[in-house]
Amino acid sequence: MTDKELRVSKIRDGTVIDHVTAGQALNVLAILGIDGSGGESVSIGMNVPSDKVGYKDVVKVEGRELSQSEVDVLSLIAPEATINIIRDFDVVEKNRVEQTDTVRGILVCPNHNCITNADEPVRTEFEVLGDGVRCAYCDTIIREGDVAEHIDARGSGETAL
Amino acid sequence: MLQDHLISAAHLSRDDIEAVLDHAAAVDADPEFVRDRHDGRVLALCFFEPSTRTKMSFESAMKRLGGETIDMGSVESSSVKKGESLADTVRVIEGYADAMVLRHPSEGSAKLASEFVDVPLVNAGDGAGQHPSQTLLDLYTIRENAGLDDITVGIMGDLKYGRTVHSLAHALTNFDVRQHFISPESLRLPRNVRYDLHEAGAQVREHTDLDAVLPDLDVLYVTRIQRERFPEEREYREVAGEYRIDNATLAGAADDLTVMHPLPRVDEIAPEVDETTRAKYFEQAHNGVPVRMALLDRLLGGEQ
Ligand SMILES: [Zn+2]
Repeated sequence: MTDKELRVSKIRDGTVIDHVTAGQALNVLAILGIDGSGGESVSIGMNVPSDKVGYKDVVKVEGRELSQSEVDVLSLIAPEATINIIRDFDVVEKNRVEQTDTVRGILVCPNHNCITNADEPVRTEFEVLGDGVRCAYCDTIIREGDVAEHIDARGSGETAL
Repeated sequence: MLQDHLISAAHLSRDDIEAVLDHAAAVDADPEFVRDRHDGRVLALCFFEPSTRTKMSFESAMKRLGGETIDMGSVESSSVKKGESLADTVRVIEGYADAMVLRHPSEGSAKLASEFVDVPLVNAGDGAGQHPSQTLLDLYTIRENAGLDDITVGIMGDLKYGRTVHSLAHALTNFDVRQHFISPESLRLPRNVRYDLHEAGAQVREHTDLDAVLPDLDVLYVTRIQRERFPEEREYREVAGEYRIDNATLAGAADDLTVMHPLPRVDEIAPEVDETTRAKYFEQAHNGVPVRMALLDRLLGGEQ
């Protein structure tokens, strides 16, 4: 499959996440809380040759747009990604992910004794550092390469289209 | 200016710290001038884990300001045991008090609680996180004995789980202080504290052995290494023994070395050290009252 074929293949409504760092496609799905049980139609390209970045992953999801907090976390694991929102077969929005200062929800603090892991009415909050993120509650640092491991597998609960 | 809450020493600027310490010194010199200033006001002591000293010190401070204290009793007998969230508990207690002090076993609990209340909240220890009011009295003691600039401070013991250490290390970055951390490898400062010290441009070195740095120190801050941190008793004994001080250990230190400890100690400082002029840990504990009086006075809006 070439870059061009992938880009033109049609979905009716949903999101195409392009230029994902090679190898991160499954983590992107984890961020979106997609494990197949929700019935979404998903296609993934992994290690697809790309003129721009050598190799990349591509994720296409039917019937689903991304919330800002999802995009925030994508920026940590796939800083070069582009987000294409598709409605009625047309690209209506094309965005680059941007590094944000804070990621809310989405990540779980690895510190078991952190108050965000107790049964409290609070969303996790992580400050984005140069090379990782830090829990705004207990200060635990997650290094950049480990961020994907701490994605909330239950999804953020605010990802519905 | 000090914020409405005191959650972490990392939020304290040099100006904040000096303002509280100056006020504490004034209170210490003449407790009469703040007596009755907070007549009729109520401080809630929310201790989700026991800490007799910290609790009594806040209690004493509030009473000497003319105020009252209430507390929730032991956790076992309260609704917390029945599964009520911290967020709910503090929202209820907020209605009973003008300020609150929180001690809780989970890291980040004070920050969480502060998001649910409008009255000033003081973090009196959140798990292995922070203990900023302890830090203010530590700084007060250091200032009284050694000054706070151009000094060398050694901090020894359990640096990983020691919240008093984390708060003190953060706060010392506001001053011209060379910091030496002495601990077993397994109890080094956590990554996040090392990160902050690095970001602050602090002069920091880590050691496993006290001997190498002892002659340079103006202050030696000793903390307890807890048995629970080690899977085996034997392992604990080996490690703990190396971080115990007595007069022989201190033979190579400066005569005016200030030895501190947040207390309670077990056996990490031999009683013979108590008899020397270096021992300042009881003075340090006594400083808790004027410092917490000054802190509460500011948080309650008594001092402008
Ligand atoms: Zn945390």
